[in-house]
Amino acid sequence: MSAILIRNGRVIDPANRRDKLANLVIVDGRIAEKSAIRDPQSAIEEVDASGLIVAPGLIDMHVHLREPGFGHKETIESGARAAAAGGFTTIVCMPNTSPVADTPSTIAWIKERAAAAACVNVLPTGAISKNISGEELGPIGSLAQAGVVAITDDGHCIQNNELMRRAVEYARMVGVPVLDHCQDYNLAGNGVVHEGYWSTLLGLPGWPAAGEEAIVMRNILLADLCDHPIHCQHVSTAGSVRLLREARGRGVKITGEVCPHHIVLTDEAIENFSTNYKMNPPLRAQADVDALLEGIADGTLSILASDHAPHADFEKEVEFDAAPFGIIGLETELSLFLDLLVHKQRKIDIARLIEMYTVEPARLLKINAGTLSIGAPADVTLIDPDLEWTVKIDKFESASRNSPFDGWKLKGRAVRTIVGGKTVWKL
Amino acid sequence: MSTGWSRKDLLGLRELSAEEINFILETTDAFKQVGTREIKKVPALRGKTLVNFFVEPSTRTRTSFELAALRLSADVINISATTSSLTKGETLKDTARNLEALHADILVLRHSSAGAPQFLGNRLKASVINAGDGAHEHPTQALLDLYTIREKRGKIAGLHVVIIGDILFSRVARSNIFGLVKLGARVTLVGPSTLVPREFEKLGVEVSHKIDNVLPNADVVNLLRIQHERQRKEYFPGIGEYTRFFGLTKERAKLLKPDCLIMHPGPINRGVEIDSEVADGLQSVILDQVTNGLAVRMAVLYLCGGIATT
Amino acid sequence: MKNEKQSSSPGVPIMDADGIRRALQRIAHEIIECDPQLAQVVLAGIPSRGVEIAQRIAEFIRRIEKIDVDTGIIDVAMHRDDVGTRAELPVVRASKLPVPLEERTVIIVDDVLYTGRTVRAAMDAINSFGRPARIQLAALIDRGHRELPIRADYVGKNLPTRANEKVWVRIGSINEPDGVWLIKE
Repeated sequence: MSAILIRNGRVIDPANRRDKLANLVIVDGRIAEKSAIRDPQSAIEEVDASGLIVAPGLIDMHVHLREPGFGHKETIESGARAAAAGGFTTIVCMPNTSPVADTPSTIAWIKERAAAAACVNVLPTGAISKNISGEELGPIGSLAQAGVVAITDDGHCIQNNELMRRAVEYARMVGVPVLDHCQDYNLAGNGVVHEGYWSTLLGLPGWPAAGEEAIVMRNILLADLCDHPIHCQHVSTAGSVRLLREARGRGVKITGEVCPHHIVLTDEAIENFSTNYKMNPPLRAQADVDALLEGIADGTLSILASDHAPHADFEKEVEFDAAPFGIIGLETELSLFLDLLVHKQRKIDIARLIEMYTVEPARLLKINAGTLSIGAPADVTLIDPDLEWTVKIDKFESASRNSPFDGWKLKGRAVRTIVGGKTVWKL
Repeated sequence: MSTGWSRKDLLGLRELSAEEINFILETTDAFKQVGTREIKKVPALRGKTLVNFFVEPSTRTRTSFELAALRLSADVINISATTSSLTKGETLKDTARNLEALHADILVLRHSSAGAPQFLGNRLKASVINAGDGAHEHPTQALLDLYTIREKRGKIAGLHVVIIGDILFSRVARSNIFGLVKLGARVTLVGPSTLVPREFEKLGVEVSHKIDNVLPNADVVNLLRIQHERQRKEYFPGIGEYTRFFGLTKERAKLLKPDCLIMHPGPINRGVEIDSEVADGLQSVILDQVTNGLAVRMAVLYLCGGIATT
Repeated sequence: MKNEKQSSSPGVPIMDADGIRRALQRIAHEIIECDPQLAQVVLAGIPSRGVEIAQRIAEFIRRIEKIDVDTGIIDVAMHRDDVGTRAELPVVRASKLPVPLEERTVIIVDDVLYTGRTVRAAMDAINSFGRPARIQLAALIDRGHRELPIRADYVGKNLPTRANEKVWVRIGSINEPDGVWLIKE
């Protein structure tokens, strides 16, 4: 029997409405009662968690692991290590790989690779349309059987509303939620940055907020029509927040997620054409940032994620137009959110932050994670909420370095990550 | 005597101070004089190598830079996108690094991506001169426009400059806006609302979609070329409609003050943004712009090229 | 090498305003004597002090002989052989010479003749305007240390100096008197 005793931490377990100083016991890879430690002679690993928060293992439901096909950017193995270093015990990977994850065999490949090489739990998603081309439905039922936790065309967005409607109806039948990257291709055009003051000033093609809001609206209508959950990924505009708030107020099954870069940066950052500020959706204006913060505070936006999008140096180190979209995020997201939402702006307390990383995604994806209930798998994240540290990307676990946060001084950090009772990372 | 210039690159007018812009214009006076000598050549950049790297093609601007460099006694190489190894998949950065390994001292870059000159300027020891980057900036064009206005009207501050055309996609417009506003001119942009959105007002200029109201109190009218290319079809319905609403026709030209200057960066679409007669008329300084362009580029190459090695 | 820095304490006085006036007047007389065809002479000053000196010499010639001699400006900055090696890029100004130069005598006028490189650059500049019949040189001060085979035809004062000394000339200032000083390092 293996046992771990985590002593004196502040145990925050939103699923069980718990927030108090307590000890946490892990036996044979599961959360256990204190009384479960029967044999006084057996070796008990003791972890001193004074001053730390003991939370259920955090879940990041928007990660690009790039395998199969793009291993030069990241692998399932390196991405998992990056997740562990960021305090995450479960990550959900996106299907825009090569080949696209639109067949059960690719899903099986991913699951095998993860089982062999990943130090955290990796849950795959499958494509909505064949080859993510937005033209024909993919084999959603077979993908569900193969074990995907959701379907999404992330990176792309189905433009044909009729096709999307049928996909949502079909997904309802098999019981998987639909995740959507909300982008109207015609409105967005060849925009590479937010359409606003800065795009006008710099002469860069702009991607107007309406380009996201048009699809958010589409998804609200379809979630209502089909009575099935649709999740809007990386929400970035004030208008989207307003639409989600109104729809959720009526009980529509629509959720929204926020990525840290959309609240810690604005489009002003593109001034020097650095491609580490080029992402999709783009950085928006201060008014959008303010609306996202309000949306987090009032629960309209209920899930936090990174949209971890690794790219190799030679791919990002090109002229702005030509660079691929995206930045890595697993190793900075928790700290960025803690620093801004909890410490600086006080929009939410730390218990809610943890809830947005555990209960909320677990509920949407219907997975057995995100709690410290007795018997649950021992996925635990220890967080030092007050630890001040400086981001040094050359020390990252990720295989890529495309992050704008190098040198940032942040307050709060994960200090130990436990998966299935085993410490997979510690500071 | 120390100079008012310390930059190795000329990337745009947005980051220059009014003093720096004026300094370039004063330096241009000296180089314009060289064009009147019997031997139109000075040794200022002798032994230096200038590469005209025109990823986006151009004959006029490239020729102007080439001539400017030759008059400064520099050695000139011309590379275009098709003759470069960019076609073989080499990145911009690698291509430029290779040029630097051949000891290129000055790189004049025209590229369709905004920010490309800055990208190279940050990575190369050579001077990088922006000859136009996407819709972002075309600093030497704006400088020669400013120089021409100053030459003909004696000043910039207080003049009302009207820029007409496809502003949204125009690097000439942006650089002119930055330069004119910094030097104290009053600027009005005119064109279809799809190509001249009100957002531009945040740059310190006025926006109008009614050309006839604006022309009578203009001191300078700068006409931009209207692009025929099909990607603009969502922005306005075609050349005919454009000319009817925004073209500087003979009739409209009568609304102008007699000392109002008519400018155009070229090449002109006769009969579209400007009537043929008006382009050749007394108020047109279009050819002066070309002559001044040569002098401005000599000044810019002298100033930046002199810094790179010091 | 031009002495371009102005120091606050001038150093050892070499010439005062009167001394300069007498030297330039003498140079004017010498030019009148040596160049019988004054109408062909062009006094081309090197900015900025050479220009002032050229104008004064022309004024003296006008008073003495009642003849107007042409003046001009030769900017040498763009003809220097050391562009890119100096700490600061020299300011360039427009040159101005009457053309054509054939059959004319161009007298280069400068405040201090030192290594001779400035004069070489001036001759280069003149050549791009045309081919004068003759080029001569007038300098207020000749301080020695030539690095090129160049000599002055008209000199205000010969001043032996060391290489680490500077010669500072003030002329044509509105508030302050003309003078020449030797600054020891």
